[in-house]
Amino acid sequence: MASLVGSRVERKEDKKLLTGRGKYTADINFVNQTFAYFVRSPHARAQIKNVDTSKALKAPGVVAVLTGKDIADDKIGGLIAGWRIKSEDGSDMKVPAHPPLASDTVNYVGDHVAVVIADTLDEARNAAEFVKVDYKVLKAVVNTAEAMNSDQIYKDIPKNLCFDWLLGDRAKVKEAFDKADKIIKIDLINNRLIPNAMEPRAANADYNPSNEEITLYTTSQNPHLARIIISAFNGVAPENKLRVIAPDVGGGFGSKIYPYAEEVVCSWAAKKIERPVKWVADRTESFLSDCHGRDHVTHAELAVKNDGTFLGFKNETTANIGAYASVFATVTPTYLFGPCATGVYKMPAAYSNVKAVFTNTAPVDAYRGAGRPEATYTIETLVEKAARELGMDPAEIRMKNFPTQFPYQQTLVHSVDSGDYVKGLNKAMEVADYKGFEKRKKQSASKGKLRGIGFCSYFEACGIAPSPVVMMLGCGIGLWESAEVRFNPTGNVTVFTGSHSHGQGHETTFAQIASDQLGVPIENIEISHGDTDKGPFGYGTYGSRSLTVGGTAIVKACEKIIAKGKRVAAKMLEASVEDVEFSNGEFVVAKSNKKKTIGEVAFACYLPGTYGEVKSPLPEGEEPGLKETSFFDPVNFSFPAGSHICEVEVNPETGETKVVKYTAVDDFGTIINPLVVEGQVHGGLAQGIGQALYESCHYDGSGQLITASYMDYTMPRADNFPEFQLDWTCTPATTNPLGTKGCGEAGAIAAPPAVMNAVMNAIGTEISMPATAEKVWKACNKNKKIKSEAA
Amino acid sequence: MKTFNYHTAKDVKEASKLASSNSAYLAGGMTTIPSMKLGLASYKDIIDIKGIKSLSGIKISRKSVKIGSTTKHAEVANSKDVKKAIPSLAALAEGIGDAQVRNRGTIGGSIANNDPSADYPSACIALNAIIHTNNRKIDADKFFKGTFETALKSGEIIEAIEFSIPEKSNYQKYPNPASRYAIVGVYVAKHKDGVNVGVTGAKSCVYNDKNIAKTLSNNFSSSAISNVNVSSSGMNSDIHASAEYRANMIKVFAKKAVEAC
Amino acid sequence: MKKVSLEVNGKKVSKEVPDHTLLSVFLRDILNLTGTHVGCDTSQCGACVVHVDGKSIKSCTTFAADLEGTKITTIEGITQNGKLHPMQEAFKKLHGLQCGFCTPGMVMSAIDLLKNNKKPTDAEIREWLEGNICRCTGYQNIVAAVKEAASKM
Repeated sequence: MASLVGSRVERKEDKKLLTGRGKYTADINFVNQTFAYFVRSPHARAQIKNVDTSKALKAPGVVAVLTGKDIADDKIGGLIAGWRIKSEDGSDMKVPAHPPLASDTVNYVGDHVAVVIADTLDEARNAAEFVKVDYKVLKAVVNTAEAMNSDQIYKDIPKNLCFDWLLGDRAKVKEAFDKADKIIKIDLINNRLIPNAMEPRAANADYNPSNEEITLYTTSQNPHLARIIISAFNGVAPENKLRVIAPDVGGGFGSKIYPYAEEVVCSWAAKKIERPVKWVADRTESFLSDCHGRDHVTHAELAVKNDGTFLGFKNETTANIGAYASVFATVTPTYLFGPCATGVYKMPAAYSNVKAVFTNTAPVDAYRGAGRPEATYTIETLVEKAARELGMDPAEIRMKNFPTQFPYQQTLVHSVDSGDYVKGLNKAMEVADYKGFEKRKKQSASKGKLRGIGFCSYFEACGIAPSPVVMMLGCGIGLWESAEVRFNPTGNVTVFTGSHSHGQGHETTFAQIASDQLGVPIENIEISHGDTDKGPFGYGTYGSRSLTVGGTAIVKACEKIIAKGKRVAAKMLEASVEDVEFSNGEFVVAKSNKKKTIGEVAFACYLPGTYGEVKSPLPEGEEPGLKETSFFDPVNFSFPAGSHICEVEVNPETGETKVVKYTAVDDFGTIINPLVVEGQVHGGLAQGIGQALYESCHYDGSGQLITASYMDYTMPRADNFPEFQLDWTCTPATTNPLGTKGCGEAGAIAAPPAVMNAVMNAIGTEISMPATAEKVWKACNKNKKIKSEAA
Repeated sequence: MKTFNYHTAKDVKEASKLASSNSAYLAGGMTTIPSMKLGLASYKDIIDIKGIKSLSGIKISRKSVKIGSTTKHAEVANSKDVKKAIPSLAALAEGIGDAQVRNRGTIGGSIANNDPSADYPSACIALNAIIHTNNRKIDADKFFKGTFETALKSGEIIEAIEFSIPEKSNYQKYPNPASRYAIVGVYVAKHKDGVNVGVTGAKSCVYNDKNIAKTLSNNFSSSAISNVNVSSSGMNSDIHASAEYRANMIKVFAKKAVEAC
Repeated sequence: MKKVSLEVNGKKVSKEVPDHTLLSVFLRDILNLTGTHVGCDTSQCGACVVHVDGKSIKSCTTFAADLEGTKITTIEGITQNGKLHPMQEAFKKLHGLQCGFCTPGMVMSAIDLLKNNKKPTDAEIREWLEGNICRCTGYQNIVAAVKEAASKM
């Protein structure tokens, strides 16, 4: 059987999704179910003086109206921040209470005040209008940069400061800067984004009073985490009485890693009213209450020698984490950001200082790339500026500072096991026809367009684990991954993974891995995920971790299967275990033609003994059955890297900017399925280009969300992109047996600086994201004015 | 959504009889339905006029193109007759919303709604349109009154829109990157007796930019527009475009339109 | 309440529904055809696209009562005798979908494109798909799939 790893295998999950047979949470219905509609705060910051539900309770079809007081009376716990970050002075981070339904104060527009539960959705929505909430409106804090000097939102959190964190050595950085020929400085904003998975969040909770079990269907990237939080922290039901199922999930991009207030409330309410409670967000609710991403204000400096050698780097960032500290909100701008801030370069001295602030905006949490796009944007725009100021070629300055020996120990945290950045950048320049740029620029100029080219060389730390490290850094959980490989008696296989697929194609790529390991045809292998009642505990899908951590767990479980298979086959073949070899699905006695297929061995494991023709005695002391579990905890992160080159065309008359050529050369280590990996890169690029040119979340001064629908939030569409050119280099990861590194976030990390460097190259002026037509037009006009004044 | 009574009118008479102060006519529903879904509008009665045969269809004469009010954007876009008589009008229809909106949305609905960033009103202004209703004819320049406001009286139904065939014309728009509605749309039309420049998206209501029109009447060339001063006063300003940017875009797009004529 | 009689995927259907029932609600909640998805409130995402009398429309912006006597085709109705439609085949072959949420609308919209334009260029495909938002694929493989389907249909 030919190896499937490396093949463009069509996805096993597609037929279901293409024929309308997918089952998303909104498609799930229970008999006798009710519908929940949330009463949300219309104010960014207010005291709740009174909530009067009496009129709503009398409305047609209403079953219950529950408030913050009810949830507090039932002692349901609040939502949690999953990582404990310490400030530079050693003090613990400060976080406010985050009740699933607010009782005293509301802190962003869309904050949950009450829930109306009725027989139909229309009835619930209509009755919600009768819930009278008496607010005392307070002055909202909205602006990231000004948050520390604004009104204090929470009594116990001075300056609205969650933490003031430092990574690195200020003294060494000062020394390095003192020796520099030149200091390159940059001030930038990493624009706030709204994740916008196409499937709006939803939950449907069913409670069975006879055994006190809750079954919660939810739009989650991580059902096991949802269960442990709703159980251990919110206290809705003990873990063994709570089953969480994340069926087909329509994209996540980070926004569905953790449970939100709605899942907690639906589960709790279902138990309270002893009827199923279904909630499906409309898009406006998604805009208001899904966690947002990015939102950094950064000042960074790079110390260089005149020949372009980097001496030191510093980064002072204010990160907006919104009204409450969401589960990954505190790690995103710290350990996912700071260690990557020095980029792919040798950087003798560096520090990152991050002040995380609370504001009266929706909570900010992980969004595709989480911290690493912000880090890469900072260093890569700074490096390009250094090249401009030193009169160097942007490729040359990068090449000069790449490490060439691996493993490479970076200054701040990471020990990068493998990579070849020089090769990657060279290949990118070749594929992008860098040499031909000047000619293309002239062609654009002849049409009245300004053409620019921009580079980005990135690396990222992903495959998020290892547990001992992340826990030392403040993570409240381990981050290994599990797999269970279960041979069925007839020889086909079910593989359970603790990760979750919501577009990534695990049902195919994981089956490819298992097929290669076990020699079982891929059509006989089923991947099962997303149900806490099936398979072991796991940590879900985010941070490009599923293949590297979860895929390896499958390999390890398969190895255990084969080890047992060898023992059983040896007995069946009357040989010694040492003489049995396994390949291509067969156990063969060395130097003989005696063999058993893995299917026969599996059958024997389930029918141990002699029964007519069946002769399958198990070795003594061997348990029947063929099922193995592995929990894999890697020794290090994995470090994909690459170089992307973008070309844009700007119309100076209108400022309209189009990406006309985009080249991505990535090193993801071993690639299991190129078809799937290309898709991941395309999607990441679209989000990255979206951030650079189109997307931006706007709150007005009072904290009202202006971009609360697709009328105002620019979602990239098909006609916004050219055809991307993709290519690879490969240095396999050394820290997992597959050699994989992760690919899901690369595009979203690399594209923003590549695009913005191209825009700035085209117009010759610094400009902030997103480079909207008007902003670019203004920049072009300013340049024209300066030029004409000079002339 | 709040519920309502759904009526299907056989003819214009029945439709107008069903109308009340708390009713709406439904043609394509491309604006009415989303506003009802978002709770921005609610009605006691919805009167479906799509089935009224006399309201649909395209008639071409030597001087004009008359389009029935329930004619869909896709029909106008694909009409060989319209393409021949006023190609810019077919092109405008081709650029409204997306394919699905064009398969449902109607010209009458668009005009009756008078969204300040809709495309068709600019065509009405530029092409000296006459709005035929069930009781009268209204000139386009008297029809569009303000944001979402027209000269239509309660219960009055648009039956057809009659566009004068110009010597040449062109429509250019810069779409809002999010909604794809016009941030600025400029419809330039040169008639025997002068030039009209219908501008949508820029102000609270579509208008004829008389300065550009006058300049072009004297000298129909894009270079002539360079010297026209387009003031940003009274122009819309939002997160997508400032008044100043809109003013610039009017000039740029008017030039583009003239060049494409 | 309003009685609505129409044909869905070749089967005659007659149901008494509230007057304000949207076609998307009618399909999903009344006929349990949950392949048609709802991804926004402003008629922009296109996850709900179905065909009415052969033309693509947004089912979230159409009243069921408005469709008396029409023929509706949903994503569930384009597979013939268990065989995927060439558009579905092409999406599968070229990885034109990831999470699958926008896919039904995308496929239905693309089929309508090929009815209007048998050999569309990349630019025409991208322009036509203006009314269908995908957050996963970056559209590249969708465009490739539509072209592939065009060559097969």
